[in-house]
Amino acid sequence: MEIETAWFIVVTVMLAMYVVLDGFDFGVGIIYPFVARTEAERRTALTSIGPVWNANEVWLIAAGAVLFFAYPKAYASGFSGFYLALILVLWLLIFRGLALELRAQVDHVLWKQAWDTAFTTSSLLLAIVFGTALGNLIRGVPLNRDGYFFVPLWTNFQPGSNPGILDWFTVLLGLTSVVVLAFHGASYLVMKTEGTLYERAISAAWIFGWLSAGCTALTVMAVPMVQPNLSLNFSRHPGVYLTPGIGVIALGYSLYFRLCRRDLSAFLASCVFIFFMLASVMFGMHPYILVSTTDLTFSLTVYNAATDPYGLTAGIGWFVCGFLLILICQIYLHSRFLGKTRADDAH
Amino acid sequence: MASALLYDRLQFAFTATFHYLFPQLTMGLALLLLYLRSRVLLTGDEHVEEVADFWTKIFALNFGFGVVTGIPLEFQFGTNWARFSNYAGGVIGQTLAMEGVFAFFLESSFLGILLFRKRFSRRVQWFATFMLFVGTWLSGYFILATNAWMQHPVAYQVAADGRVFVTSLSGLLTNPWLFWQFTHNMTAAIVTASCVVAAVGAYYVLSGQHLPHAKTFLRTGVVAGAISSGLMIFPTGHGNADQVFKYQPVKGAAFEGLFTTEREAGLYLIGQPNLETMTIDNPIEIPGALSILVYKDLYAKVKGLDAFSRDEWPDNIPLLYYAYHVMAGLGTIFVTLFGMALLALWRGWLFDMKWLLWWLMLCAPFPYIATSAGWMTAELGRQPWLVYGLLRTSEGTSPLVHSGNALFTLIGFLGLYLLLGLLFVLLVSKLIRQGPTSIDSPTTPVPQGPGH
Ligand code: HDD
Ligand code: HEM
Ligand code: HEM
Repeated sequence: MEIETAWFIVVTVMLAMYVVLDGFDFGVGIIYPFVARTEAERRTALTSIGPVWNANEVWLIAAGAVLFFAYPKAYASGFSGFYLALILVLWLLIFRGLALELRAQVDHVLWKQAWDTAFTTSSLLLAIVFGTALGNLIRGVPLNRDGYFFVPLWTNFQPGSNPGILDWFTVLLGLTSVVVLAFHGASYLVMKTEGTLYERAISAAWIFGWLSAGCTALTVMAVPMVQPNLSLNFSRHPGVYLTPGIGVIALGYSLYFRLCRRDLSAFLASCVFIFFMLASVMFGMHPYILVSTTDLTFSLTVYNAATDPYGLTAGIGWFVCGFLLILICQIYLHSRFLGKTRADDAH
Repeated sequence: MASALLYDRLQFAFTATFHYLFPQLTMGLALLLLYLRSRVLLTGDEHVEEVADFWTKIFALNFGFGVVTGIPLEFQFGTNWARFSNYAGGVIGQTLAMEGVFAFFLESSFLGILLFRKRFSRRVQWFATFMLFVGTWLSGYFILATNAWMQHPVAYQVAADGRVFVTSLSGLLTNPWLFWQFTHNMTAAIVTASCVVAAVGAYYVLSGQHLPHAKTFLRTGVVAGAISSGLMIFPTGHGNADQVFKYQPVKGAAFEGLFTTEREAGLYLIGQPNLETMTIDNPIEIPGALSILVYKDLYAKVKGLDAFSRDEWPDNIPLLYYAYHVMAGLGTIFVTLFGMALLALWRGWLFDMKWLLWWLMLCAPFPYIATSAGWMTAELGRQPWLVYGLLRTSEGTSPLVHSGNALFTLIGFLGLYLLLGLLFVLLVSKLIRQGPTSIDSPTTPVPQGPGH
């Protein structure tokens, strides 16, 4: 395999890991006000993600940095082109981080209410923005000859040659992202909690599970309308159909495990579902990183956006060591906090 | 109308300076906590454990603010400095990605353990502290390697399309510039942490609370502060200044306020640079000192600003000059203060010397000022270059992000960070008011593990 493609897979895997791991934190945030009603329940819900959310978020930062390293041109173009949306993401990430860290610091109802609202709102908006971002990647952006672009937040809500960040297609992906992550978060809470919180999380998992199935179906139908290249890739390499196939089957299994109350399996199946759906989008995109809607030849691919071969090769060396370290850290951390969470263990 | 370049620069300067307020305490405190936890592990002393627990709480709060303010910096390379990222990503992408992969995962995973530390044995707590120390210092190392390359590019080649690529990874990681920058900067982090620990100790002693803990704070802070503030001037500060004069002589001339090339060049302690007359107003000067410091020779010629063409001059010479003098001036004050405190501690007078304790208590904000000023010296002095000698700052911005967008986000960051700053001060003062004896704060509910 060419080294440019190897790094594309690395970035894909890291981003997908990010969505799988931080995704359940977002999901918990989205359903939090509905499933966790008393103070004790809220603390349990927050404590269930407390030790791990920061480590989960690092996947985003590391994936971004690896993208920067392997495809500097794509990083430069994409980040400056989505300027406003990305700065908004930053502000939301700040609010969400603060909410998770600061809520417990002061014992006052108003303080807690404020951070609860910040937590839910930022989780919800971030889920929408991330889905929309994926939609933009699939649809393409109006790159110019130099490989730069700048999209406003919206134009006429149509995915044509002069698109905005928001159009009907990207909004659909934003909504899909919300329901899928809500389902994922609900599955996580079911696994981590007991009592009424557990029961309500189960109801949420059912609702969002079916919604996820519906939205996924809509998305799968919409993608070929908006980005014919993607289906082209699939018909050229039929083996690639395996990835969305596994994803869809995993969603089915997750609902089935929910029915048999096998909570851990249901959550793991939901992880597999998200991971493989994202991977299939990226495989469909290859070799494009940013598709141009103005002229296909302006697009940024893994070849013309990559850094030079020495850098890419040298990177493999340290990345393999680093990735092992990441796995050890993550497994160690998550294994230390297996099992059900309770809020009142401290005292 | 002001250009996008100005807002981009202001935004990076502001967000970077704000971010660095937090990591400096994190890195310094990680070392002091490692020392405290090691004592706990070796002696089982519960008093020291209470001290360590108290500072772990402050550490965790501070760390959280460092994380949320760090992410915007990394994003900004792409959002506001797209042409720079495209140009230099082939080099600095390496170190930034290594930081992400090696340091950030270590830090965040073991912070999770330390936040919920009551579940774990002392051995695990020590181990988590150790890994945090390694993680935060690696973080500092990689980010400084990135900055060192911008100050002094090495191990690169220019490709046909004009972009630069790395030619030797080991060369990049052992950039000669990095040695003094790393030692100086990390020692500065220890100065910050020592000052803060000593200041809280002094506050408790002066107000008659938590006396046994306060005395441990003071002993730890004063000893570490005396050693580290000494090292700030010599050899690390001196080493840094040396290499500036060697590799970036125009920066050195500008921050010393040396307008004209001269033998027996003097060192200005006080004075205001006057760009109209090209002199220092109201100077207090040590004659010949600069020649001696730079070349160890009174008669050596030191190049002044007049030796360089104007388009190589840093664009804000007065601010650069003040930043440098504030840092160096504070450095001298820290050495004096901690020297006296160490003497008093050794003779057993410290806890009764009210005036000295007052000074120690009021000292807390000043290392933050010194480090911010130091970074302004390094970064303003790098102008007009973004990558020294290779890429001008004006050539690094994002081509299609116009000034209206940049101003909007700059204002947003100003507002948001004002809120962050207020929250941080509020919460830290709450923790200090609670004191080291109320160990179980509401921040540490314990998730249950298997077998509970
Ligand atoms: C507690 C903080 C502190 C103190 C007391 C000092 N410094 Fe400093 N200095 C820093 C904190 C700092 C810093 C924030 O850590 C910098 C900014 C960039 C860097 O790597 O370190 C720095 C940079 C810096 C630079 C610029 C290097 C460059 O351009 O890249 C020079 C020349 C010095 N220092 C020299 C000194 C001297 C001669 C000092 C003593 C009299 C001194 N510093 C005290
Ligand atoms: C945390 C400590 C740091 C502080 C306080 C700081 C401060 C500053 C300041 C004041 C400026 C504005 C200079 C000007 O426009 O006149 C600046 C610019 C910049 N710095 Fe730093 N800096 C820090 C660390 C770094 C590091 C580690 C890097 C590299 C990884 C870096 C990269 C940049 C870039 C890309 C710019 C914008 C371009 C420019 O104005 O030159 N900075 N920084
Ligand atoms: C201007 C360039 C800089 C960038 C792009 C940057 C980036 C980041 C990012 C993304 C994080 C969050 C990591 C996480 O989620 O765990 C972070 C935290 C951190 N940064 Fe920076 N940083 C910069 C400057 C610095 C400098 C100059 C230092 C020290 C020498 C430093 C030391 C740290 C440390 C120790 C942390 C961990 C959190 C904390 O200590 O509060 N950073 N930085």
